Amino acid sequence: MSAQMIADTATAPTAKRAPSLETAGMTKIFGPLVALDGVSIRVEAGSFHALLGENGAGKSTLVKCIMGFYAADRGAVLLDGREVDVKSPRDARDLGIGMVYQHFTLVPCLTAAENLVISRADAPTIIDWKAEMPKLEAFMARMPFQVPLDRQVSTLSAGEKQKLEILKLLYLDQRFLILDEPTSVLTPGEADEVLGLLGEMAARGEITVLMISHKFREVKAFCDSFTVLRRGRLTGSGDARTATVAEMSSMMIGDTEVRERAERVMHNDRAAVLELAGLCAEDEEGRLAIDRVNLKIRSGEIVGIAGVSGNGQSALVEALAGQRPLSDGGIFIHGKAFEPKRSDFDRFKVFGLPEEPLKNATVPRMSVAENMAFRAFDKPPMTSLGWWLSPGPMRRKAEELISRYRVKTTSPDSPIEALSGGNVQRAVLARELSGEVDVLIVANPCFGLDFASVAEIRSQIMEQRNRGAAVLLVSEDLDEILELSDRVAVMSGGTISYVSPIGETDRNTIGQHMAGH
Amino acid sequence: MTGADLFIVMIAMVGGAIRVSTPFMFVALGECLTEKSGRINLGHEGNLVLGAMVAYAGSYTTGSPWLGVLMAGCAGLVLGAMHGWICKLPRVNDIAVGIAFMSFGTGLAFFFGKPYIQPSAPRLEAIPLGDWTGNSSVAQALQVNPLFFVGIALAVFLWWAFRNMRWGLILRMTGDSAASAKAMGVSVDLVRLLATAAGGFLAGVGGAFLSLFYPGSWNEGLSSGQGLMAVALVIFARWDPVRCVFAALLFGAAGAIGPSLQSIGISQGYYFFNAAPYILTLFIMIASARSKGAAREAPGELSIVK
Repeated sequence: MSAQMIADTATAPTAKRAPSLETAGMTKIFGPLVALDGVSIRVEAGSFHALLGENGAGKSTLVKCIMGFYAADRGAVLLDGREVDVKSPRDARDLGIGMVYQHFTLVPCLTAAENLVISRADAPTIIDWKAEMPKLEAFMARMPFQVPLDRQVSTLSAGEKQKLEILKLLYLDQRFLILDEPTSVLTPGEADEVLGLLGEMAARGEITVLMISHKFREVKAFCDSFTVLRRGRLTGSGDARTATVAEMSSMMIGDTEVRERAERVMHNDRAAVLELAGLCAEDEEGRLAIDRVNLKIRSGEIVGIAGVSGNGQSALVEALAGQRPLSDGGIFIHGKAFEPKRSDFDRFKVFGLPEEPLKNATVPRMSVAENMAFRAFDKPPMTSLGWWLSPGPMRRKAEELISRYRVKTTSPDSPIEALSGGNVQRAVLARELSGEVDVLIVANPCFGLDFASVAEIRSQIMEQRNRGAAVLLVSEDLDEILELSDRVAVMSGGTISYVSPIGETDRNTIGQHMAGH
Repeated sequence: MTGADLFIVMIAMVGGAIRVSTPFMFVALGECLTEKSGRINLGHEGNLVLGAMVAYAGSYTTGSPWLGVLMAGCAGLVLGAMHGWICKLPRVNDIAVGIAFMSFGTGLAFFFGKPYIQPSAPRLEAIPLGDWTGNSSVAQALQVNPLFFVGIALAVFLWWAFRNMRWGLILRMTGDSAASAKAMGVSVDLVRLLATAAGGFLAGVGGAFLSLFYPGSWNEGLSSGQGLMAVALVIFARWDPVRCVFAALLFGAAGAIGPSLQSIGISQGYYFFNAAPYILTLFIMIASARSKGAAREAPGELSIVK
């Protein structure tokens, strides 16, 4: 597109057309950290643009500056070539820039219709539902995907909520959509549907989309251009249809050395170690969160549990960790009944890395050394006479683990909440994997981690498998499951609906089972 | 107990329910409004007692009981607004502030209320709804204060407004998900400040009923924890204003058991029956804590729910 043409689109009356957006030299500094360093990106009108980068690369900071959540220290936002002043999300909304966040911004206790109407800046003082409902239905009929209007949002599925978030922006007539990892809560099928329809709308020039993503597959399939950030700087941009995944990933990771992944050792038929027999547990409201889960895991095997989030995976891990009472069924290890309590964890050598380890596996304000001693603090050498705790051995053990697992911390005595996400994850792994492991339960171990940490943590899990541990891996990242598992199980509606050896299945089949077909 | 006695007891309980429930109703509606915005105000007991004192003093000084009611509301409004303002400061716990305001409000009322214990102020007039029956006990029971009807109308209005008015939806949004409200450019603190202030106004009006109608005098033992029980009542009513009215009537009827039995000469267990509302509160709290449906209807931002 020539400069003349850009100028033309900028001056033309573009009320209902997709706008273009540029940032010029965006810089944002948080204390000592330069989160964004002179980033200039350009999103053409009617394009589907991907914003790539590792965690902490500055993608969120950039879009938050565009949306007016943060005031940039330097730099400007240009909408249709004209500089605009966005001081708050409200200004962004008035300019027609809307964002779908990773967490939902819908109000759970309101219905879909109430959520749509109240999001309007000109929502009437008294809402005449008799007049509004037909208008909403007419709007819905024009849209590429539908959501039931009269249902309370808390009763909608994650996919429906995500669609409603996007519908809300379109309802508000926002023509520049920023999507922050929109497909993390969707099944592969739903993701393809939503992105495909948005892509068509963009191609018709109705909207412009800027999508933050980690998933190269989606970027390749749906986006037409991309920009990569690394450590707050722009490291590349280009045409998503012609660039290769290798090119994009090297722009993302740079020249960081990545540890080799452990080889997969082939085991012959081994005995089942962990057996879940008809596990049932209820959620807070008394509905079955997991419903008769049956699964056997053999020694030296990783079973990956795939599923759209909210289908009982978290409840299953909580039940195994003793955080959620079982209402029925039993857990057996080596054929003996296992109860999720401290003495049994010890006796059966069961270890785990739950999701959000800072919340679920540590005491945030206690020191790194203390947190690393949770499995062993009441045994010699840390305890003598059965009750006397000696800090010396505790500290020495922590120092050893810190260096062996490369946990970055200023000292073993600093509170564990001061560590970055990846280092908390490493510290917990160090604690859990330092002994002999028979059963390992891992949930979303790499969520929110950078590339290098991901490779390292996955190789640790693989090492435990090779040593003969039975590993239960729950993950929302299908790629992770495909990479690590020996067998895949799919959880849908609180139960395991599909199990298959990794060699006899593929992404599509798994996706269909995730969607409950 | 004869049939006539039973009739008298029933009528007395209906009358008692109407009389006793009104302050419960106002405090519960005020609390409901506050909690819908995502904040809990345990200080309504203070609003109630201060409202009673101010209403009595206002009625005595101006000669108009309705002016007294308005002044009581304003006193409650000020307390509510102070609570709302303090709670928006960072890391302030609304429950602790509420308990402080409970003591603050009652203390203030006792301090300024001393001179008004003796004098007699003009009371609110009741509407005689039962005179046509010619039955003295029915006529006595159906002496209904206009505030009772105001309370019911208010409950229906709130119920309607939570669904059909812009501010109602914004209030529910703020109470259920502060993050969403912020993303929409709503000032969460302002909404909560206004809701707490308006809730405080209603609790103050509830207090006016105590001193100006039933029991109908100002003294330091006037309130017996109605302000606190109203909080339990809101939970029991699952944050629905119309259900608050029914819950208040139920509490009122429970409170009227003792006096109505006494009216036919049964005074055994008088103290036990007087404790009925409190025992009821206890059981209701246990029952509603066990109810799994209640968890779904609670505003998501309440500190007791989180």
